[in-house]
Amino acid sequence: MTYSISEKLDAIPRAMITKTELLAQMRSFLTADAVLHEAEELSPYECDGLSAYRQVPMLVLLPSTIEQVQKIVKLCRQYSVPIVARGAGTGLSGGALPLQQGVLLSLAKFKSILNVDPLARTARVQPGVRNLAISDAAKIHGLYYAPDPSSQIACSIGGNVAENSGGVHCLKYGLTVHNILELKIVTIDGELLTIGSQAYDSAGFDLLALMTGSEGMLGIIVEVTVRLLAVPERAQVMLAAFDDVEKAGAAVGDIIAAGVIPGGLEMMDRLAIQAAEDFAHAGYPRDAEAILLCELDGTNEEVSEQVMKVREVLEQSGAIEVRSAKDEIERALFWKGRKSAFPAVGRLSPDYYCMDGTIPRKKLPEVLRGIADMSAHYELPVANVFHAGDGNLHPLILYDANKPGELERTEAFGAKILELCVEVGGTITGEHGVGMEKINQMCTQFDENELTQFHAVKAAFDPDGLLNPGKAVPTLHRCAEFGAMHVHAGELAFPELDRF
Amino acid sequence: MSDISVQLQQQVSSAIADKTVLNIIGGNSKSRLTRAVDGRRIELADHQGIISYEPTELVLSARSGTRLQEIEQELKKNNQMLAFEPPHFATNATLGGTVACNLSGPSRVYRGAARDFVLGTKIINGNAQVMKFGGEVMKNVAGYDVSRLMCGAMGSLGVLLEISVKVLPRPASEISLVQEIDQQTAIIRMNELSAQALPLSASCWQDNKLYLRLSGATSAVHAAQLRLGGELLQDDEIFWQQLREHQLSFFNTDKPLWRLSVPPTYTPLEVPGECLIEWAGGQRWLKSDASAEQIFAITQAAGGHAKRYANNSQQTVCQPLQPELLSLHRNLKQAFDPHGILNPGIMYPEF
Repeated sequence: MTYSISEKLDAIPRAMITKTELLAQMRSFLTADAVLHEAEELSPYECDGLSAYRQVPMLVLLPSTIEQVQKIVKLCRQYSVPIVARGAGTGLSGGALPLQQGVLLSLAKFKSILNVDPLARTARVQPGVRNLAISDAAKIHGLYYAPDPSSQIACSIGGNVAENSGGVHCLKYGLTVHNILELKIVTIDGELLTIGSQAYDSAGFDLLALMTGSEGMLGIIVEVTVRLLAVPERAQVMLAAFDDVEKAGAAVGDIIAAGVIPGGLEMMDRLAIQAAEDFAHAGYPRDAEAILLCELDGTNEEVSEQVMKVREVLEQSGAIEVRSAKDEIERALFWKGRKSAFPAVGRLSPDYYCMDGTIPRKKLPEVLRGIADMSAHYELPVANVFHAGDGNLHPLILYDANKPGELERTEAFGAKILELCVEVGGTITGEHGVGMEKINQMCTQFDENELTQFHAVKAAFDPDGLLNPGKAVPTLHRCAEFGAMHVHAGELAFPELDRF
Repeated sequence: MSDISVQLQQQVSSAIADKTVLNIIGGNSKSRLTRAVDGRRIELADHQGIISYEPTELVLSARSGTRLQEIEQELKKNNQMLAFEPPHFATNATLGGTVACNLSGPSRVYRGAARDFVLGTKIINGNAQVMKFGGEVMKNVAGYDVSRLMCGAMGSLGVLLEISVKVLPRPASEISLVQEIDQQTAIIRMNELSAQALPLSASCWQDNKLYLRLSGATSAVHAAQLRLGGELLQDDEIFWQQLREHQLSFFNTDKPLWRLSVPPTYTPLEVPGECLIEWAGGQRWLKSDASAEQIFAITQAAGGHAKRYANNSQQTVCQPLQPELLSLHRNLKQAFDPHGILNPGIMYPEF
């Protein structure tokens, strides 16, 4: 897209070694298949799940032991080579976008489940293990790993920790940060460090929270211990249709006011409903303006009580139709429609761009109206998919990259949506991360002091700025260039800084 | 209701200018949990008031000096609660102090710790800058999670000004069951039950008795009661409150009181003294005259950590950090408080 990493603007360290020399050094302890350097080997790694940003790295390294990771990091430190860590590469914010003069460190070979402890309800796994594989391994014990991003078939747990991934069950079961106990990381010095513990807390600062969602900027995650939960005795999905988006939004508040915390609470608007229905044949009402999917889970008795309560609330909130999934097959079908909403919308248009703002839920009508107005202004359709329970909004902007100017219009539109989210008291990213994509909007959300504090935190772990430089936290120079930072009364932000 | 953040910021500025250490005080109800800080007092108790509370958003924001009591009363009016059930230790306990100490009560394993419910904070760092991190929404991954880093940092990384927390509905019904059982069996049983789909919300073992609390829909609680057996505990609310507040007779002691945080399934610790277990085995209170070295060695071998609460004759002392971790802590302290004026030495003498 139109943003790109700039060595100067983003203060990217310069490698003090040539590609040929670094290749030779890496080959001295890695097998030939673990060091990729030819153009055709490198190109599959040029982007992550946000394919609009592409950059071929200098080298791709695929170590298979922690010792190899330590050696790689030590060498990179010695020669000032930037390192971008990569899990499954499903991220949606360009967090694993390589650097031209950097090493892409893939953790893909770390895919062993080391231990499942059913009594302690934990699983110790390597970072390349897929999210869903953990729940699959725990199933035999009646346990599962709660955070379930839509990419859970493919995404890796290491990437989940780096992004603090969410999913459709966050309101009740939390994000990644609420569901992990211990990390093993390799620091920029090449030291292996244990963060957190197998106990419920640790001595000293909460470094576990700090590492979670740090987007590969503070250390390389080489092992994760997750908490497992008992699979609920019963899960019941209800579908409610509305002839008005605002009524659906209000119904969400009513459910919560009734004292119910649903396991999942999702909302889709008309365009998303129709796309999902055409794709998954989930039985969604095609003529509704909005639907809510409400999953209630817990013990049999708990769910029975809640289903009655929620049905009453939904009817009072003006739902034109309320259905309960009659069996496990219909429940899976209801969810299939929602979980395939992105690819389904993808069929409507050559390209789509997924946004990830979070807003206070009560601001939903205002934000949806704002998005609709912008959609008209930029002449680009939008489908809205919403983790309604926790306020996380995923507007999908439909565009065609082959039409001149559409990509730029899409980006401008997306940026405006995020700014609107910040304006109503929300945030630019609920679960996809800042990465490269939202780096400029960080200048809107945070002021100079806050950004400087973030840089100081990074420096505490990575003084030379070698770990994923240019991502997640913008330099003040970038913000000055972007010019979006709180300009009060005509004052220019950062007048003391050079403009590039 | 009063906002004294401007004065507080000035006090931090003056401390930088005077090269004076600040001793950050909320309700001063938790001095037993911290090492003493010899410095100029900066009082947060007058920085108080609930700023916003919207029950349907499940979010409450308050100034750090707001009393826990006030917050809990307000939540109760709307049939909601702080789900981490924080201990108060005194009527003047504040939200800021609670978060700074990351204090959680009996429900911690089942519902989460204080840090799990913190959504955002406004702080003054050691450069006297007011900064906001996180926010009032459930999901937010913009920037590092500085708000959660503040939890348990005991003010050593910043003066907490405002805190936004996630709140939850109160359960419709709550009962507790008690049965005779030895320690080893109790540890296994608490963990086995936690791995099942049961409406458990607290567990405790002491004096060869296992206490379990069930919370949720009335029908669900009764079904679980039938399944689990055991005797119904009368006045159970008082029991859990006394446990939380360290008012059970167990805590009435002249011996040093230790908090041990260990992997929940760890077998009974081979340590002299009397033990009370919470959190499905994860939190163990110990009254013991054993030396700090001995207790640290035992908890380290168990994969956990220990802390001795201060009493009349002894300082608070925490499990030593390994050298690499210690140096990270120093770096972070430097990153937030380069002048070393915010509660230095409150956790460890080194930072």
